[in-house]
Amino acid sequence: MEILVYGTINSVTLALYALGFALVYGTSRLPNFAHGALYVLSGFIAWSGLNTLGLNYLVSIILALFITGVIGALIYQFFLIRIRGMEISEIIASYAIALAILEGLRWGGFKGMTYTLPSFIEGSTTIAGVLVDYHRLVVVGAGAVLVAFLWLFTHYTRIGLALRGMAQDERAALMLGVDSDMMAVVAMGLGSMLAAFAAILLLPLGNIVVESGYNVLIMAIAVCIVGGIGSWGGAVLAAFLIGFAQILTVVYLGSHFQMMVALLAIILTLILKPSGLFGQQKELEERV
Amino acid sequence: MTDKPILQVQEVTKTFGGIIALNRVSFEVGQGEILGIIGPNGSGKTTVVNCITGFIRASSGNVFFRGKNITGKPPHKIADMGVTRTFQIMRPYYSLPAYKNLVIPLFSPRARRTGGWRGGGKMGDRNTVSIDILEEIGFERDSYVPYKTTATLPTGYLKRLELARCLALKPEIIICDEVFSGLSMSEIASMVPLIERLQMDGITLIMIEHRLRELFRVANRVMVLNFGEKLVEGSAEEVMADPRVREAYFGSEEVQEVMDHA
Amino acid sequence: MTNNTQKLRQERIDRGIKVRSDSLYALMSWRELAYLIMPRALLIIGLLLLPVVLPGLYWPRVITITCIYALLALSFDFLAHYVGLVCLGGAFFVGIGGYIAAILNTSFGLSPLVTVPLATLIGACVCTLLLFPCLPLRGVYFAIVSLMYPLFAARVIEAFDLFGGTDGIMGIDGFSNRWAEQYFVIGVTLVFLFFIRRLVNTDIGLVFRGIKDNDQAIRASGMNITWFKTIAVFIASALGCLGGACLVHIYMWSGISQFALDFSILPIAATVIGGSATLVGPVLGCLILVPVSELLRDFGTLRIVFYSLLLLAFIAFRSEGLMVYGQRKYHQFQRWTKI
Repeated sequence: MEILVYGTINSVTLALYALGFALVYGTSRLPNFAHGALYVLSGFIAWSGLNTLGLNYLVSIILALFITGVIGALIYQFFLIRIRGMEISEIIASYAIALAILEGLRWGGFKGMTYTLPSFIEGSTTIAGVLVDYHRLVVVGAGAVLVAFLWLFTHYTRIGLALRGMAQDERAALMLGVDSDMMAVVAMGLGSMLAAFAAILLLPLGNIVVESGYNVLIMAIAVCIVGGIGSWGGAVLAAFLIGFAQILTVVYLGSHFQMMVALLAIILTLILKPSGLFGQQKELEERV
Repeated sequence: MTDKPILQVQEVTKTFGGIIALNRVSFEVGQGEILGIIGPNGSGKTTVVNCITGFIRASSGNVFFRGKNITGKPPHKIADMGVTRTFQIMRPYYSLPAYKNLVIPLFSPRARRTGGWRGGGKMGDRNTVSIDILEEIGFERDSYVPYKTTATLPTGYLKRLELARCLALKPEIIICDEVFSGLSMSEIASMVPLIERLQMDGITLIMIEHRLRELFRVANRVMVLNFGEKLVEGSAEEVMADPRVREAYFGSEEVQEVMDHA
Repeated sequence: MTNNTQKLRQERIDRGIKVRSDSLYALMSWRELAYLIMPRALLIIGLLLLPVVLPGLYWPRVITITCIYALLALSFDFLAHYVGLVCLGGAFFVGIGGYIAAILNTSFGLSPLVTVPLATLIGACVCTLLLFPCLPLRGVYFAIVSLMYPLFAARVIEAFDLFGGTDGIMGIDGFSNRWAEQYFVIGVTLVFLFFIRRLVNTDIGLVFRGIKDNDQAIRASGMNITWFKTIAVFIASALGCLGGACLVHIYMWSGISQFALDFSILPIAATVIGGSATLVGPVLGCLILVPVSELLRDFGTLRIVFYSLLLLAFIAFRSEGLMVYGQRKYHQFQRWTKI
C-alpha cells in the first residue's frame, strides 16, 4: 500500500518535472538543459519574495511564476534563437545557461538548510493506513489539474493549437501563418513557467538546494526520453513507470539506487527503442 | 540476359504504423538488365529501394541476391556484396573537393578488395583512382571540375557523383533513385549514354524515375507501382498501353472531368 | 605515341593535384616556409618554454593542468566535429583513466611511466566497450547518454563503495620530479595534437568526416559505421584516459571528483572559444581559459559562472571561435606586408 501511495506521489512529481521540458522540446525541438536551473531559480525567487521583500506567500508565488516565465522567454529571445536548429550548440548553450544560473546561485550564498518554503496546508492524514501529509495530496491534485489544463490549452486555444502545429511540422505551420519564432518564445516562456509551477508545488517538501537543479534536469530528460519525445501522454505514463520503479528500488534495494534507475532507464530506452515508448518520430531520423 | 535472375524480390511488405507502404511486391531482375520502376508520388518506389538495400527492414517477404537471402542484413553488408544505391536527396560531402568525395567509398572493404570500378583487385593511390572514375563518368580530367569544392558543382555533376560513389565499389547492381530528376534536357541527354555504357559493362540497373520518356529509352522492362502494389510489369509499350497505369497516373483528373460534365 | 601523350597527361594531372595541396607551396621560398611554420613553431616553442619561464611552483602546475585539459578538449573536438559524436561526458574518460592508473599504481606497484600508457590503453578499451551500445545513436541522443555516463559512474562507485568509495584512492606515486612531469604532459599534448591533425586528413579521417556529414552514404558505400565510430571513440577516449592518468599522478590522488562536471564542461568551453573543428583552437582555448579560471579560484563557483557565460557568449555571438578569426587575420596580415 505504501508503495502504491508513494509511487503515485513520486510519479506525479516526476511528471511535473518533465512537463515543461517536454513542452519546449516537443514544440521547438530545443533540448532545454536550463530546465532544472529555472526550477531552482523560481524557488529562490519565491523565497526572496517571501522573506527578503516580505510579500504575501501567494503574491510571491505568482511573482516567481511570472518572473521565471519571462526569464525563460528572454533566454530564448536573446541567446538560443541565434543557434536555432543547431542541436549541439543548443545543448551546449542551454547547458551553459544552466551552469551559470545554478553556480551563480551557489556563489550568491544560497546553500544550506535555511532556505525552505512553507507548505500550503499543514497536517497530515492517513490513506489506506499510510501517513500522507496534506501538501503531498495537493501536489497530486495540482498535477492532475495541470495535465488536464495543458490538454485543454493545446486543444482549444489559438496559441495551444499553434504550438501543436509547430510540433508536427514547423514549415507547414509557418505557411499557415504561425509565427514560429514567436511561438518558440512562448513555448519557452510557458515551459519555464511550468518548471516554476513544479518548483512551487514541490519545494515546500524539502529544502531549496542548488543540486536539485541537476537532478530535476536528469529526471525530466529521463521521463521525456522514456516516454517518447513529442508525446505528452507518453511522458506522463513514463513518469509513472519510472516513479514506481524508483519507489520499488528504494524499498527493496536502498535509496542509493534511486537515481540509477533513471539513468538506466534512459540508457536502456535509447539503446533499445530510441523513439521512446510512445514516440512518433521516424526510426531513421534518430538512429542509424 | 541469363536465365537466372540476379535479384529476386518476393512478396515484400512494409507497413509504417497502420499505413501499408508496400503490399506483397514481387519482381525479378536479370543479370545485365535495366529495370525501370515508375509510379505516382507516394506509391512506395523509394521504400522498395530502402527494403532491398537494408535501410528499412521489410515487415515481411524476402529479397534474394544471386540466390542468397539478404533480407534483414544491415545496409553495409548488402552494399559490400555489390548491391549499391544512389540517394534521391543528394548529400555529398560539400566541404570536400569532388575527388575527395570518392576517396571515402574507395576506403570501403569492397573497394579495397576489388580496386574500384575497372580496378584489377589492387588499390593504387585512392586520389588517382577516384579521378579515374570521375573521368569515366563525365568529369573532364584536365579541367578544374574534379578538384572543385563539391558545394559549387551544379546538380548534373552531383548526380554523376552519386553514381560514381556506387561505381567506386565496383558494383553488380546499382539502384538509381531518380537520377534524372532535377536535370535539364541536355544534361539528361548526356546521362543516357552513360547509363547505357554501365549496362554494357555488365552492371545491372534498377532505375526509379519520374521522367518516363528518358526512362523508356534505356529500360528493358518497366514495373509500375501504385499505392504500394505492383500494377503491371512489361515492356514500355505494354505498360503505357495498360489502362490501369493510365488510371493511376491520370485517374483523378478523368473522374474530375466526368464530374464536371454531369 | 598514345602512351606518351597519356604519360604527359598523367603528369599534368598530378601537377594539378600537387598544386592544390599546400605542402608544395612551402618549398617555393623561405619566406613562404616561414609563413607556414611560424604559427606552429610559436605554439610548440612557446609551450616548451613555459615551464622554464614561469617562476615558482604554482604556475608551472597550472601549465600541466592546462595541457591535460587541452588533451580533453582535443578529444571533444575530434569526436564532435570530425566524427559527429558530441560527447558531453568527457569526465567519464578522465575518471576511468584516472582510476585505472591509480589501481595499477597502488595495487600492483607499477611506476607512473608504466601506468600512464597502460591506463591509456586499458581505459580506452573499457570506455569504448561501455560506450559501444550507444554508438548507433546520434545527435542529441548520444549527447544526452554520454552526459549520463560520468554521473552514473560516480553513483556506482558511491553506492557500492568501490575503490575507496567517496574517499578515493590515496597514496599514488607522483612523477619523479616536476620537470619530468611538465615535459611529459606537454610533449604528449603536442604529439597528440599533431597526430590528430594528421589523422583527420588521411583517408580514414575522411571517412570519419563523412560519417559526420552523411552517414547514410557511408553505409551505402559498404562501410560499417559503427566500426568506424568505435575506432574514433577509442582514439578520443584514449586521449581522455591519458589525461586522467596524468592527473592522478600529479595530484597523487584519485576520487569521484574526477567524474566531476569540470572535466566535461571546460574542454567544451575551450573548444567553442578556441574555434570548433580546428584542433589547435581547443588547445589555444585551454591556454586562455584554464589560467583565467585558476586566477578566479578565489571566487569559488563564480568561475564556473564565468566560463559558462563566456561559452554562451561565444556560441551565440561568435561561433567561429578565436582560432578561425586568428587564422583569417594572419592570412590578411601576411598579404598586407607583401603588398
